[in-house]
Amino acid sequence: MTAAETPPPLIRMEGVSKRYGGVRALENAQLEVAPGGIHAILGENGAGKSTLIKIMAGVVAADEGRMLFDGREVNFRSPAEAAAAGIACVFQELSLIPDLSVADNIVISNPPRRFGMIDRRAQRAIAEEALARAGAEDIHPRAAVKDLPLSRRQMVEIAKALTVKPRALILDEATSALTAGDVAKVFAVLKRLREEGLALLYISHRMHEIAELADTCTVFRNGRNVATFEAGTRSNGEIVEMMIGREYSHVFPPKAIRMAEPAKAPVLECRNLGWTDRLRDISLTVGEGEVVGLGGLEGQGQRLLLLALFGVLRGTTGSVLIDGAPVTISSPATARKSPLSMALIPEDRNTEGLMLPMTVRENLSFAALDRVSRGGVIDRDKEERLIDDMVRLLEIKTAGLDVPVGALSGGNQQKVVIAKWLMRTPRIILLNDPTRGIDVGTKQELYQLLRRLAESGAAILFYSTDYDELIGCCDRVLVLYDGRVVRELEGGEITERALIASALNVQAGQEGTAV
Amino acid sequence: MSEWRFWLNEQRGTLMGLAIFLVMFVVYVANHPAGFTANVVHTAANKGVLLAFVAMAQALVVITAGIDLSVGMIFVLTNCIASWIVVGAAVPSALGVVAVLAAGMLCGAVNGLLVIYGRLQPIVATIATGAVYFGLALLLRPFPGGSVNEELADALTGRLFGVIPSSLVALTAVVLIVWLPFRRSVVGRAAYAAGSSEPAAFMSGMPIRRGKFAAYLLGGLLAGMGGLFLTFFTYTGEAAYASGSAYTLWSIAAVVLGGVSLYGGRGSAVGAIFGAFAARTTGDMLFAFDVEPLWQPLLQGIVLMIAVSIGSLALLRVRNRLDWFQ
Repeated sequence: MTAAETPPPLIRMEGVSKRYGGVRALENAQLEVAPGGIHAILGENGAGKSTLIKIMAGVVAADEGRMLFDGREVNFRSPAEAAAAGIACVFQELSLIPDLSVADNIVISNPPRRFGMIDRRAQRAIAEEALARAGAEDIHPRAAVKDLPLSRRQMVEIAKALTVKPRALILDEATSALTAGDVAKVFAVLKRLREEGLALLYISHRMHEIAELADTCTVFRNGRNVATFEAGTRSNGEIVEMMIGREYSHVFPPKAIRMAEPAKAPVLECRNLGWTDRLRDISLTVGEGEVVGLGGLEGQGQRLLLLALFGVLRGTTGSVLIDGAPVTISSPATARKSPLSMALIPEDRNTEGLMLPMTVRENLSFAALDRVSRGGVIDRDKEERLIDDMVRLLEIKTAGLDVPVGALSGGNQQKVVIAKWLMRTPRIILLNDPTRGIDVGTKQELYQLLRRLAESGAAILFYSTDYDELIGCCDRVLVLYDGRVVRELEGGEITERALIASALNVQAGQEGTAV
Repeated sequence: MSEWRFWLNEQRGTLMGLAIFLVMFVVYVANHPAGFTANVVHTAANKGVLLAFVAMAQALVVITAGIDLSVGMIFVLTNCIASWIVVGAAVPSALGVVAVLAAGMLCGAVNGLLVIYGRLQPIVATIATGAVYFGLALLLRPFPGGSVNEELADALTGRLFGVIPSSLVALTAVVLIVWLPFRRSVVGRAAYAAGSSEPAAFMSGMPIRRGKFAAYLLGGLLAGMGGLFLTFFTYTGEAAYASGSAYTLWSIAAVVLGGVSLYGGRGSAVGAIFGAFAARTTGDMLFAFDVEPLWQPLLQGIVLMIAVSIGSLALLRVRNRLDWFQ
């Protein structure tokens, strides 16, 4: 920047709010992004960062507030409109078309044309230039995107964003899958773009990246921007404090006082579990009556770990032991049966947990049909009794057992998913972020239930993206980063500060290292 | 060298379709009493070309991750229309051809509108429109009959220079005039993108609706061409329900044999053509082997089953089992 005064902001968000159902994703958010600078956005999972940039990029519409671009009020109705105005995005969930080639994808928003048809030679030239600009010459423009590994796809995504010659570039976790060498190349590109006067918005959980790149930082928490400051003026520790805030809204049941029982083998143990390059060398134990949490940023292998234990993944390495005896879990069907008696409560109840058009009764008995039937015939009385017990135990609010489960509220649907597995009285319960998108009241009921199940002897492995939950519910927490367990926290060590610091893979204790 | 590899990878489905067809055709010709003669090739071409048109139509829609269960009925309807209006001198006949093709496109457009703007499931929407198209065909031709400009018909179903079947020349011309421009256009790419990953296509600002609409529209056109050729072969129009249904089902088999993914986004109409000829040859092959007619449907089904399973071998390599369901 040569001018002495700060240039007027290129993007200005004023009082932007957005709700998803009953959940407030953004509340009266303010943000100014200046041209010729890199603006970092920080915040924990669900702080509202993704919603904010989705509004900027025209993917979702804000409920309230306005957005100014280059001094004029804009209201993008689609990503295409935002792109036409000069806002390009590199999203966390990739926007590449898997079956098309790299070159096809790079030029996708505006392919070069000749006589009305796509000029393949010109397209190839553009793609090669864009890949070179992003420092990814190793990617062949004709390769199909679906055949590329994740890190290469991310580079294609960045190359694609550069071809539209944007005025503002938003990068949402754009480097999360990149190797160190690629990150260096991308940084060089971003710095050059800053020189060229682009406004860059950079979202990352990697503190050292922000330290290297950013000019300005804004911290988001619970859908609000809580602080904006010049980069380098706050320490890592201070930033982590800002991300945490001091708002605790959950009520948790007291944890059991656990005695060490060295004589007894843990109910579930895995040793050096690995799968492709996504899970590496994971060892853990879950004892009887214990709730073990899985923490870390999203997508660090927590979900895959649960899938691996439940027999969904093929070609896993390492070993799994139940009650100290090695077992082979070849499919979910064997996982749920004795002696394993596992249950997996999936994250996406719509696709993996429930058959929405079918009735509450049917959904409840799916996993336990073998327990209520004899010789393939369902014993209706037995089924009825078991279902009644569950509905009472979990206090499922439904107009009846014969209404489609899709008609229930989100919280009650989630209770049905859990009840369905409890009908088998599982010994090992794997939970994949089970409270996502459900109301606070139901959440609290679920916490109580988890504790009760643990007290009755179940071993619980609980992945959650909500740090409060991990602190409130778990006896121990394993923090994953890049498919590995990087830290194990126990008892009083489980604090929000420790969780965030180990999720980011930094030492929060070092107050000295400035960002 | 590596350019070749990428080309092979892109064309794998199509080449697989070609290979399946060639193997079947060689076996067929080797066991044919007459052997590899212009006559045998001509008959095979004329039989195969009808399904080839309908399969191309199906391929266009399948690429968008849809399915068109009305293609066979568009084929029958346009046959009935052609048997009324592709008659007389050169000029009226030419106008008749244009009108028949326009009718095919109209059918495709209706399908597209229902699916894209009416947001109906392609499978249901096209079952309904298929019934409508057949109903219209029946009203036009309650009984088989009508006629066609025979000079035009003979020219398009005969042989060029005494050896090349002119129906194949016409098919090639259609590939060059309809398919290749579509494949290379922005709407064509949008159709592929929508079939491969509609959310990603939306995020990239692609004209998804136009792409899908173009696929249905051109699908109607190609099915109409099939109907026109049927009229040229038979000289009559007939509202044959069984034939329409059979063409619909076989077009799906042909598309799969030709390497077009039923999940959308992958494959080419050229592959569907090879698939169509391969599917046709399964029937003819049994004939050449002198199999009793009673056994033919059963054996034809088995041959088809084997051919189609080749394509699903890739599933054996999946490592996250949830990928099976995506």
